[in-house]
Amino acid sequence: MGEMRRVTAICNGSVIDHIPAGTALKVLRMLRISGHRANPVSLVMNVPSGKFGAKDIIKVEDRELTQEELDRLSIIAPHASVAIIRNYSVAEKREVDIQKELVNVAKCTYSNCITHGNREPQPHRMTIISSDPLQLRCHYCGRPQDMDAIIDNLL
Amino acid sequence: MVADLITMDDLTNEQINTLLNNAEKLLPAAKGDEYLPLLEGKLLGNMFFEPSTRTRMSFETAMKRLGGNVVNLGALASSSVTKGETLFDTMKMVDGYCDVAVLRHPRQGAAQYAADACAIPILNGGDGAGHHPTQTLLDLFTIRQAHGRLDLNVVMVGDLRYGRTVHSLSHALARFGANLTFIAPPTLSMPEEIIQDLEEGGANITVSEDLISNLQTADVIYMTRIQKERFPDEDEYQKVAGIYKLARNDLRDVKESMILMHPLPRVDEIHPNVDDTPHAAYFDQAFNGVVARMALLCHLFDVAIPGGE
Ligand SMILES: [Zn+2]
Repeated sequence: MGEMRRVTAICNGSVIDHIPAGTALKVLRMLRISGHRANPVSLVMNVPSGKFGAKDIIKVEDRELTQEELDRLSIIAPHASVAIIRNYSVAEKREVDIQKELVNVAKCTYSNCITHGNREPQPHRMTIISSDPLQLRCHYCGRPQDMDAIIDNLL
Repeated sequence: MVADLITMDDLTNEQINTLLNNAEKLLPAAKGDEYLPLLEGKLLGNMFFEPSTRTRMSFETAMKRLGGNVVNLGALASSSVTKGETLFDTMKMVDGYCDVAVLRHPRQGAAQYAADACAIPILNGGDGAGHHPTQTLLDLFTIRQAHGRLDLNVVMVGDLRYGRTVHSLSHALARFGANLTFIAPPTLSMPEEIIQDLEEGGANITVSEDLISNLQTADVIYMTRIQKERFPDEDEYQKVAGIYKLARNDLRDVKESMILMHPLPRVDEIHPNVDDTPHAAYFDQAFNGVVARMALLCHLFDVAIPGGE
Protein backbone atom coordinates (compact mmCIF):
# COMPACT_ATOMS: atom_id res chain seq x y z
CA MET A 1 0.00 0.00 0.00
CA GLY A 2 2.88 2.36 -0.84
CA GLU A 3 0.67 4.89 -2.63
CA MET A 4 -1.42 5.28 0.51
CA ARG A 5 1.39 7.34 1.98
CA ARG A 6 0.51 10.14 -0.41
CA VAL A 7 -2.26 11.10 1.99
CA THR A 8 -2.24 10.73 5.70
CA ALA A 9 -3.90 7.74 7.24
CA ILE A 10 -7.38 8.36 8.55
CA CYS A 11 -8.73 7.38 11.93
CA ASN A 12 -12.31 6.54 10.94
CA GLY A 13 -14.02 6.58 7.55
CA SER A 14 -13.84 5.09 4.05
CA VAL A 15 -11.06 4.71 1.50
CA ILE A 16 -12.26 4.20 -2.07
CA ASP A 17 -9.52 2.62 -4.15
CA HIS A 18 -9.11 1.54 -7.79
CA ILE A 19 -11.09 4.43 -9.24
CA PRO A 20 -10.24 4.94 -12.96
CA ALA A 21 -7.68 7.76 -13.26
CA GLY A 22 -9.25 11.18 -13.59
CA THR A 23 -12.77 10.21 -12.50
CA ALA A 24 -12.53 10.88 -8.76
CA LEU A 25 -14.55 14.08 -9.00
CA LYS A 26 -17.35 12.27 -10.79
CA VAL A 27 -17.26 9.55 -8.15
CA LEU A 28 -17.64 12.18 -5.45
CA ARG A 29 -20.63 13.59 -7.27
CA MET A 30 -22.22 10.15 -7.65
CA LEU A 31 -21.71 9.42 -3.99
CA ARG A 32 -23.27 12.80 -3.26
CA ILE A 33 -20.19 13.84 -1.34
CA SER A 34 -19.89 17.60 -1.56
CA GLY A 35 -17.64 20.16 0.05
CA HIS A 36 -20.64 21.46 1.98
CA ARG A 37 -20.55 18.66 4.53
CA ALA A 38 -18.22 18.86 7.48
CA ASN A 39 -16.32 15.58 6.80
CA PRO A 40 -12.76 16.05 5.59
CA VAL A 41 -12.32 14.52 2.10
CA SER A 42 -8.94 13.90 0.45
CA LEU A 43 -8.36 13.04 -3.20
CA VAL A 44 -5.36 11.55 -4.91
CA MET A 45 -5.48 11.51 -8.67
CA ASN A 46 -3.35 9.69 -11.27
CA VAL A 47 -1.49 7.45 -8.84
CA PRO A 48 0.57 4.82 -10.71
CA SER A 49 -1.10 1.44 -10.32
CA GLY A 50 -0.08 -1.99 -11.59
CA LYS A 51 -3.61 -3.05 -12.36
CA PHE A 52 -4.87 -0.11 -14.39
CA GLY A 53 -1.81 1.96 -15.22
CA ALA A 54 -3.09 4.81 -13.06
CA LYS A 55 -5.90 5.29 -10.64
CA ASP A 56 -7.57 7.74 -8.27
CA ILE A 57 -8.13 7.28 -4.55
CA ILE A 58 -10.63 9.05 -2.32
CA LYS A 59 -10.63 9.17 1.46
CA VAL A 60 -13.71 10.30 3.30
CA GLU A 61 -13.33 10.79 7.03
CA ASP A 62 -16.00 9.91 9.57
CA ARG A 63 -18.35 8.38 7.03
CA GLU A 64 -18.83 4.69 6.28
CA LEU A 65 -20.02 4.13 2.72
CA THR A 66 -22.72 1.50 2.37
CA GLN A 67 -22.75 -1.27 -0.21
CA GLU A 68 -25.70 0.48 -1.86
CA GLU A 69 -23.70 3.67 -2.26
CA LEU A 70 -20.75 1.75 -3.67
CA ASP A 71 -22.95 -0.05 -6.21
CA ARG A 72 -23.88 3.31 -7.70
CA LEU A 73 -20.35 3.37 -9.10
CA SER A 74 -21.00 0.46 -11.53
CA ILE A 75 -21.07 2.79 -14.52
CA ILE A 76 -17.83 4.75 -14.01
CA ALA A 77 -15.80 2.70 -11.53
CA PRO A 78 -16.88 -0.93 -11.72
CA HIS A 79 -13.61 -2.17 -10.20
CA ALA A 80 -13.61 0.25 -7.24
CA SER A 81 -13.28 -1.13 -3.74
CA VAL A 82 -13.93 0.41 -0.37
CA ALA A 83 -12.07 -0.14 2.86
CA ILE A 84 -13.97 0.90 5.97
CA ILE A 85 -11.48 2.25 8.48
CA ARG A 86 -12.10 2.12 12.20
CA ASN A 87 -9.43 3.28 14.61
CA TYR A 88 -6.71 3.42 11.90
CA SER A 89 -7.22 -0.14 10.68
CA VAL A 90 -9.29 -1.77 7.97
CA ALA A 91 -12.46 -3.09 9.60
CA GLU A 92 -14.32 -4.14 6.41
CA LYS A 93 -13.71 -4.41 2.67
CA ARG A 94 -16.36 -4.01 -0.01
CA GLU A 95 -16.39 -4.21 -3.79
CA VAL A 96 -18.83 -2.91 -6.37
CA ASP A 97 -21.47 -5.56 -6.83
CA ILE A 98 -23.06 -5.21 -10.25
CA GLN A 99 -26.74 -5.95 -9.71
CA LYS A 100 -29.44 -6.85 -12.21
CA GLU A 101 -30.70 -3.32 -12.16
CA LEU A 102 -29.41 0.18 -11.45
CA VAL A 103 -32.02 2.37 -9.80
CA ASN A 104 -31.67 6.16 -9.87
CA VAL A 105 -28.05 6.02 -10.94
CA ALA A 106 -28.38 7.52 -14.41
CA LYS A 107 -30.97 9.00 -16.72
CA CYS A 108 -31.83 7.28 -20.02
CA THR A 109 -29.66 8.43 -22.94
CA TYR A 110 -32.66 8.50 -25.32
CA SER A 111 -33.98 12.06 -25.17
CA ASN A 112 -37.56 11.11 -26.06
CA CYS A 113 -37.85 8.58 -23.21
CA ILE A 114 -40.77 9.07 -20.82
CA THR A 115 -38.26 9.52 -17.98
CA HIS A 116 -37.28 12.84 -19.58
CA GLY A 117 -40.82 14.09 -19.02
CA ASN A 118 -41.31 16.96 -16.63
CA ARG A 119 -41.23 15.96 -12.93
CA GLU A 120 -42.15 12.32 -13.57
CA PRO A 121 -41.68 10.77 -10.13
CA GLN A 122 -40.91 7.11 -10.79
CA PRO A 123 -37.26 5.99 -10.45
CA HIS A 124 -34.82 5.84 -13.36
CA ARG A 125 -34.27 2.13 -13.93
CA MET A 126 -31.57 0.49 -16.02
CA THR A 127 -31.47 -3.22 -16.65
CA ILE A 128 -27.95 -4.66 -16.91
CA ILE A 129 -27.68 -6.75 -20.06
CA SER A 130 -23.94 -7.39 -19.75
CA SER A 131 -21.60 -6.59 -16.88
CA ASP A 132 -18.18 -6.69 -18.60
CA PRO A 133 -18.21 -4.52 -20.60
CA LEU A 134 -21.15 -2.88 -18.89
CA GLN A 135 -24.21 -2.59 -21.14
CA LEU A 136 -27.51 -1.17 -20.01
CA ARG A 137 -31.05 -1.02 -21.30
CA CYS A 138 -33.72 1.41 -20.09
CA HIS A 139 -36.50 -0.39 -18.21
CA TYR A 140 -39.14 1.92 -19.71
CA CYS A 141 -38.27 2.64 -23.35
CA GLY A 142 -36.19 -0.51 -23.80
CA ARG A 143 -33.40 1.32 -25.64
CA PRO A 144 -29.81 0.11 -25.27
CA GLN A 145 -27.86 2.90 -23.57
CA ASP A 146 -25.07 4.91 -25.14
CA MET A 147 -22.35 4.13 -22.61
CA ASP A 148 -20.27 7.19 -23.58
CA ALA A 149 -23.18 9.58 -23.29
CA ILE A 150 -24.52 8.08 -20.06
CA ILE A 151 -21.58 9.54 -18.10
CA ASP A 152 -23.21 12.94 -18.60
CA ASN A 153 -26.55 11.58 -17.37
CA LEU A 154 -25.40 10.35 -13.97
CA LEU A 155 -27.72 11.41 -11.19
CA MET B 1 -53.84 -14.13 -18.92
CA VAL B 2 -51.56 -11.15 -19.54
CA ALA B 3 -51.43 -8.32 -17.06
CA ASP B 4 -50.27 -5.64 -19.49
CA LEU B 5 -49.53 -5.55 -23.20
CA ILE B 6 -46.55 -3.28 -23.75
CA THR B 7 -44.71 -5.09 -26.55
CA MET B 8 -45.39 -8.27 -28.53
CA ASP B 9 -42.82 -9.96 -26.30
CA ASP B 10 -45.50 -10.00 -23.61
CA LEU B 11 -47.31 -12.68 -25.64
CA THR B 12 -46.09 -16.20 -26.43
CA ASN B 13 -46.63 -17.65 -29.92
CA GLU B 14 -49.22 -19.94 -28.40
CA GLN B 15 -51.09 -16.99 -26.88
CA ILE B 16 -50.94 -15.16 -30.21
CA ASN B 17 -52.42 -18.19 -31.97
CA THR B 18 -55.20 -18.43 -29.40
CA LEU B 19 -55.96 -14.71 -29.79
CA LEU B 20 -56.13 -15.03 -33.57
CA ASN B 21 -58.41 -18.08 -33.32
CA ASN B 22 -60.66 -16.27 -30.88
CA ALA B 23 -60.74 -13.19 -33.08
CA GLU B 24 -62.12 -15.37 -35.86
CA LYS B 25 -64.92 -16.53 -33.53
CA LEU B 26 -65.74 -12.93 -32.66
CA LEU B 27 -66.29 -11.77 -36.26
CA PRO B 28 -70.13 -11.93 -36.13
CA ALA B 29 -70.17 -9.90 -32.91
CA ALA B 30 -67.66 -7.39 -34.35
CA LYS B 31 -69.92 -6.89 -37.37
CA GLY B 32 -72.95 -6.44 -35.15
CA ASP B 33 -74.68 -9.58 -36.47
CA GLU B 34 -74.67 -11.02 -33.00
CA TYR B 35 -74.73 -9.35 -29.58
CA LEU B 36 -72.21 -10.84 -27.22
CA PRO B 37 -72.14 -8.91 -23.94
CA LEU B 38 -69.13 -10.70 -22.49
CA LEU B 39 -67.67 -7.55 -20.94
CA GLU B 40 -70.83 -6.04 -19.50
CA GLY B 41 -70.03 -3.81 -16.54
CA LYS B 42 -66.39 -3.35 -17.57
CA LEU B 43 -65.00 0.11 -18.21
CA LEU B 44 -62.09 0.94 -20.52
CA GLY B 45 -60.18 4.22 -20.30
CA ASN B 46 -59.00 5.57 -23.63
CA MET B 47 -55.94 7.66 -22.76
CA PHE B 48 -54.76 9.37 -25.91
CA PHE B 49 -52.08 12.00 -25.38
CA GLU B 50 -51.60 12.14 -29.13
CA PRO B 51 -54.27 12.22 -31.82
CA SER B 52 -55.40 8.89 -33.25
CA THR B 53 -58.61 8.05 -35.02
CA ARG B 54 -58.29 4.38 -35.84
CA THR B 55 -56.79 3.00 -32.66
CA ARG B 56 -59.00 4.98 -30.31
CA MET B 57 -62.20 4.27 -32.24
CA SER B 58 -61.50 0.59 -32.73
CA PHE B 59 -60.86 0.09 -29.00
CA GLU B 60 -64.08 1.92 -28.27
CA THR B 61 -65.99 -0.14 -30.83
CA ALA B 62 -64.46 -3.41 -29.55
CA MET B 63 -65.42 -2.63 -25.96
CA LYS B 64 -68.97 -1.59 -26.85
CA ARG B 65 -69.58 -4.55 -29.15
CA LEU B 66 -68.82 -6.72 -26.12
CA GLY B 67 -71.28 -4.82 -23.93
CA GLY B 68 -68.59 -2.91 -22.07
CA ASN B 69 -68.20 0.82 -21.70
CA VAL B 70 -65.59 3.41 -22.49
CA VAL B 71 -64.52 6.69 -20.99
CA ASN B 72 -62.46 8.93 -23.21
CA LEU B 73 -60.15 10.74 -20.90
CA GLY B 74 -58.37 12.22 -23.89
CA ALA B 75 -59.65 15.75 -23.54
CA LEU B 76 -59.25 15.72 -19.77
CA ALA B 77 -55.80 14.22 -20.03
CA SER B 78 -54.55 16.78 -22.49
CA SER B 79 -56.00 19.56 -20.37
CA SER B 80 -54.28 18.31 -17.22
CA VAL B 81 -51.08 17.90 -19.21
CA THR B 82 -51.20 21.55 -20.24
CA LYS B 83 -51.62 22.30 -16.54
CA GLY B 84 -48.40 20.38 -15.96
CA GLU B 85 -49.77 17.16 -14.49
CA THR B 86 -47.37 14.22 -14.68
CA LEU B 87 -48.26 11.06 -16.57
CA PHE B 88 -47.89 9.27 -13.25
CA ASP B 89 -50.62 11.35 -11.57
CA THR B 90 -52.96 11.12 -14.56
CA MET B 91 -52.57 7.35 -14.71
CA LYS B 92 -53.12 7.00 -10.95
CA MET B 93 -56.49 8.66 -11.46
CA VAL B 94 -57.39 6.33 -14.34
CA ASP B 95 -56.31 3.36 -12.25
CA GLY B 96 -59.12 4.25 -9.87
CA TYR B 97 -61.75 4.94 -12.54
CA CYS B 98 -61.37 2.07 -15.00
CA ASP B 99 -60.87 -1.69 -15.32
CA VAL B 100 -58.38 -1.42 -18.17
CA ALA B 101 -56.71 1.46 -19.99
CA VAL B 102 -55.25 2.06 -23.43
CA LEU B 103 -52.43 4.56 -23.61
CA ARG B 104 -51.01 6.42 -26.56
CA HIS B 105 -48.24 8.85 -25.76
CA PRO B 106 -45.61 10.76 -27.75
CA ARG B 107 -42.78 9.55 -25.49
CA GLN B 108 -41.23 6.11 -25.78
CA GLY B 109 -41.52 3.97 -22.65
CA ALA B 110 -44.73 5.70 -21.55
CA ALA B 111 -46.73 2.46 -21.57
CA GLN B 112 -44.28 0.60 -19.32
CA TYR B 113 -44.09 3.65 -17.09
CA ALA B 114 -47.90 3.73 -16.79
CA ALA B 115 -48.06 -0.03 -16.22
CA ASP B 116 -45.65 0.34 -13.29
CA ALA B 117 -47.91 3.03 -11.83
CA CYS B 118 -51.22 1.18 -12.25
CA ALA B 119 -52.81 -1.97 -10.90
CA ILE B 120 -55.21 -2.27 -13.86
CA PRO B 121 -53.92 -3.74 -17.16
CA ILE B 122 -52.33 -1.18 -19.48
CA LEU B 123 -52.46 -1.69 -23.23
CA ASN B 124 -49.87 0.12 -25.29
CA GLY B 125 -51.64 2.01 -28.06
CA GLY B 126 -48.35 3.44 -29.38
CA ASP B 127 -45.48 5.07 -27.47
CA GLY B 128 -43.32 7.45 -29.51
CA ALA B 129 -41.09 5.48 -31.85
CA GLY B 130 -41.60 2.44 -29.61
CA HIS B 131 -44.25 -0.23 -29.85
CA HIS B 132 -47.83 -0.62 -31.03
CA PRO B 133 -48.62 -4.28 -30.33
CA THR B 134 -52.37 -4.19 -31.03
CA GLN B 135 -51.62 -2.98 -34.55
CA THR B 136 -49.35 -6.01 -34.92
CA LEU B 137 -52.11 -8.32 -33.70
CA LEU B 138 -54.57 -7.02 -36.26
CA ASP B 139 -51.94 -7.24 -39.01
CA LEU B 140 -51.20 -10.85 -38.10
CA PHE B 141 -54.91 -11.59 -38.05
CA THR B 142 -55.36 -10.06 -41.51
CA ILE B 143 -52.49 -12.11 -42.94
CA ARG B 144 -53.64 -15.35 -41.36
CA GLN B 145 -57.21 -14.78 -42.44
CA ALA B 146 -56.11 -14.47 -46.06
CA HIS B 147 -53.49 -17.21 -46.15
CA GLY B 148 -54.31 -19.50 -43.24
CA ARG B 149 -50.72 -19.28 -42.01
CA LEU B 150 -47.90 -16.80 -41.27
CA ASP B 151 -44.74 -18.44 -42.68
CA LEU B 152 -44.98 -16.46 -45.94
CA ASN B 153 -43.01 -14.10 -48.17
CA VAL B 154 -43.77 -10.68 -46.74
CA VAL B 155 -42.53 -7.53 -48.46
CA MET B 156 -42.50 -4.29 -46.44
CA VAL B 157 -42.26 -1.02 -48.33
CA GLY B 158 -41.70 2.66 -47.61
CA ASP B 159 -40.63 4.25 -44.35
CA LEU B 160 -38.98 1.33 -42.60
CA ARG B 161 -36.71 3.54 -40.52
CA TYR B 162 -39.23 5.33 -38.35
CA GLY B 163 -42.30 3.15 -38.85
CA ARG B 164 -42.92 1.37 -35.54
CA THR B 165 -45.68 -0.66 -37.22
CA VAL B 166 -43.22 -2.43 -39.50
CA HIS B 167 -40.70 -2.94 -36.70
CA SER B 168 -43.16 -4.78 -34.45
CA LEU B 169 -44.68 -6.70 -37.33
CA SER B 170 -41.28 -7.92 -38.60
CA HIS B 171 -40.36 -9.22 -35.16
CA ALA B 172 -43.67 -11.01 -34.81
CA LEU B 173 -43.60 -12.50 -38.33
CA ALA B 174 -40.01 -13.68 -37.82
CA ARG B 175 -41.23 -15.61 -34.75
CA PHE B 176 -43.62 -17.45 -37.05
CA GLY B 177 -41.00 -18.22 -39.72
CA ALA B 178 -41.83 -15.64 -42.41
CA ASN B 179 -39.32 -14.52 -45.07
CA LEU B 180 -39.01 -10.74 -44.93
CA THR B 181 -38.06 -8.34 -47.73
CA PHE B 182 -37.44 -4.71 -46.80
CA ILE B 183 -37.80 -2.12 -49.56
CA ALA B 184 -36.90 1.48 -48.79
CA PRO B 185 -34.71 4.33 -50.01
CA PRO B 186 -31.36 4.47 -48.14
CA THR B 187 -32.51 7.36 -45.94
CA LEU B 188 -35.51 5.36 -44.73
CA SER B 189 -34.07 1.84 -44.59
CA MET B 190 -34.73 -0.64 -41.80
CA PRO B 191 -32.38 0.12 -38.86
CA GLU B 192 -29.32 -2.12 -38.88
CA GLU B 193 -29.83 -3.21 -35.27
CA ILE B 194 -33.32 -4.48 -36.07
CA ILE B 195 -32.06 -6.48 -39.07
CA GLN B 196 -29.30 -7.91 -36.90
CA ASP B 197 -31.78 -8.81 -34.21
CA LEU B 198 -34.07 -10.54 -36.70
CA GLU B 199 -31.20 -12.44 -38.31
CA GLU B 200 -29.91 -13.58 -34.94
CA GLY B 201 -33.39 -14.97 -34.36
CA GLY B 202 -32.98 -17.02 -37.55
CA ALA B 203 -35.08 -14.90 -39.91
CA ASN B 204 -34.49 -14.81 -43.66
CA ILE B 205 -34.03 -11.15 -44.65
CA THR B 206 -33.67 -9.51 -48.07
CA VAL B 207 -32.96 -5.80 -48.42
CA SER B 208 -33.66 -3.91 -51.65
CA GLU B 209 -34.61 -0.52 -53.04
CA ASP B 210 -36.63 -1.90 -55.91
CA LEU B 211 -40.28 -2.71 -55.41
CA ILE B 212 -41.31 -3.90 -58.85
CA SER B 213 -38.80 -6.79 -59.05
CA ASN B 214 -40.01 -8.09 -55.68
CA LEU B 215 -43.73 -8.16 -56.46
CA GLN B 216 -44.04 -11.58 -58.08
CA THR B 217 -42.91 -13.76 -55.20
CA ALA B 218 -44.78 -11.83 -52.51
CA ASP B 219 -47.62 -13.33 -50.49
CA VAL B 220 -48.10 -10.08 -48.63
CA ILE B 221 -47.08 -6.54 -49.60
CA TYR B 222 -47.18 -4.15 -46.69
CA MET B 223 -47.07 -0.53 -47.86
CA THR B 224 -46.44 2.39 -45.51
CA ARG B 225 -46.73 6.12 -45.84
CA ILE B 226 -43.61 8.28 -45.98
CA GLN B 227 -44.26 10.94 -43.38
CA LYS B 228 -43.38 14.50 -44.27
CA GLU B 229 -42.75 15.43 -40.64
CA ARG B 230 -39.75 13.05 -40.53
CA PHE B 231 -37.75 15.28 -42.86
CA PRO B 232 -35.78 18.38 -41.90
CA ASP B 233 -36.73 20.19 -45.12
CA GLU B 234 -39.06 20.03 -48.07
CA ASP B 235 -36.27 19.15 -50.56
CA GLU B 236 -35.24 16.03 -48.68
CA TYR B 237 -38.87 14.96 -48.49
CA GLN B 238 -39.49 15.57 -52.18
CA LYS B 239 -36.53 13.30 -53.06
CA VAL B 240 -38.31 10.26 -51.63
CA ALA B 241 -41.97 11.27 -51.65
CA GLY B 242 -43.99 9.10 -53.96
CA ILE B 243 -41.13 6.76 -54.98
CA TYR B 244 -43.15 3.65 -54.18
CA LYS B 245 -46.59 3.62 -55.72
CA LEU B 246 -48.77 0.75 -56.76
CA ALA B 247 -51.65 0.92 -59.21
CA ARG B 248 -53.81 -1.81 -60.70
CA ASN B 249 -51.45 -2.17 -63.72
CA ASP B 250 -48.49 -3.01 -61.50
CA LEU B 251 -50.31 -6.02 -60.09
CA ARG B 252 -50.71 -7.98 -63.34
CA ASP B 253 -48.08 -10.59 -62.55
CA VAL B 254 -48.49 -10.98 -58.80
CA LYS B 255 -49.62 -14.20 -57.13
CA GLU B 256 -53.36 -14.59 -57.22
CA SER B 257 -53.47 -14.90 -53.44
CA MET B 258 -51.21 -11.89 -52.77
CA ILE B 259 -52.71 -9.36 -50.37
CA LEU B 260 -51.84 -5.70 -50.25
CA MET B 261 -51.88 -4.14 -46.79
CA HIS B 262 -51.49 -0.58 -45.49
CA PRO B 263 -51.96 0.70 -41.92
CA LEU B 264 -53.74 3.79 -43.39
CA PRO B 265 -54.06 6.70 -43.85
CA ARG B 266 -52.57 6.43 -47.34
CA VAL B 267 -51.40 9.36 -49.43
CA ASP B 268 -50.58 8.14 -52.93
CA GLU B 269 -48.85 4.80 -52.22
CA ILE B 270 -51.84 2.80 -53.41
CA HIS B 271 -53.96 4.09 -56.27
CA PRO B 272 -57.72 3.96 -55.62
CA ASN B 273 -58.08 1.75 -58.72
CA VAL B 274 -56.57 -1.08 -56.64
CA ASP B 275 -59.41 -0.89 -54.12
CA ASP B 276 -61.78 -3.22 -55.98
CA THR B 277 -59.17 -5.85 -56.87
CA PRO B 278 -59.08 -9.05 -54.80
CA HIS B 279 -55.61 -7.99 -53.57
CA ALA B 280 -56.79 -4.97 -51.61
CA ALA B 281 -56.82 -5.97 -47.94
CA TYR B 282 -56.38 -2.59 -46.28
CA PHE B 283 -60.02 -1.91 -45.54
CA ASP B 284 -60.46 -5.39 -44.06
CA GLN B 285 -57.29 -4.72 -42.12
CA ALA B 286 -58.80 -1.57 -40.62
CA PHE B 287 -61.95 -3.45 -39.67
CA ASN B 288 -59.86 -6.25 -38.18
CA GLY B 289 -58.61 -3.76 -35.61
CA VAL B 290 -61.95 -4.16 -33.90
CA VAL B 291 -62.04 -7.94 -33.84
CA ALA B 292 -58.41 -8.34 -32.80
CA ARG B 293 -58.91 -5.92 -29.93
CA MET B 294 -62.12 -7.72 -28.91
CA ALA B 295 -60.15 -10.96 -28.64
CA LEU B 296 -57.45 -9.21 -26.62
CA LEU B 297 -59.95 -7.65 -24.20
CA CYS B 298 -61.67 -11.00 -23.60
CA HIS B 299 -58.27 -12.53 -22.96
CA LEU B 300 -57.38 -9.79 -20.46
CA PHE B 301 -60.57 -10.25 -18.49
CA ASP B 302 -60.23 -14.03 -18.76
CA VAL B 303 -63.66 -14.32 -20.38
CA ALA B 304 -64.43 -17.48 -22.34
CA ILE B 305 -65.63 -16.91 -25.92
CA PRO B 306 -68.46 -19.21 -27.02
CA GLY B 307 -66.88 -21.74 -29.39
CA GLY B 308 -63.43 -20.25 -28.70
CA GLU B 309 -60.35 -21.53 -26.90
ZN1 LIG C 1 -35.53 5.21 -21.64
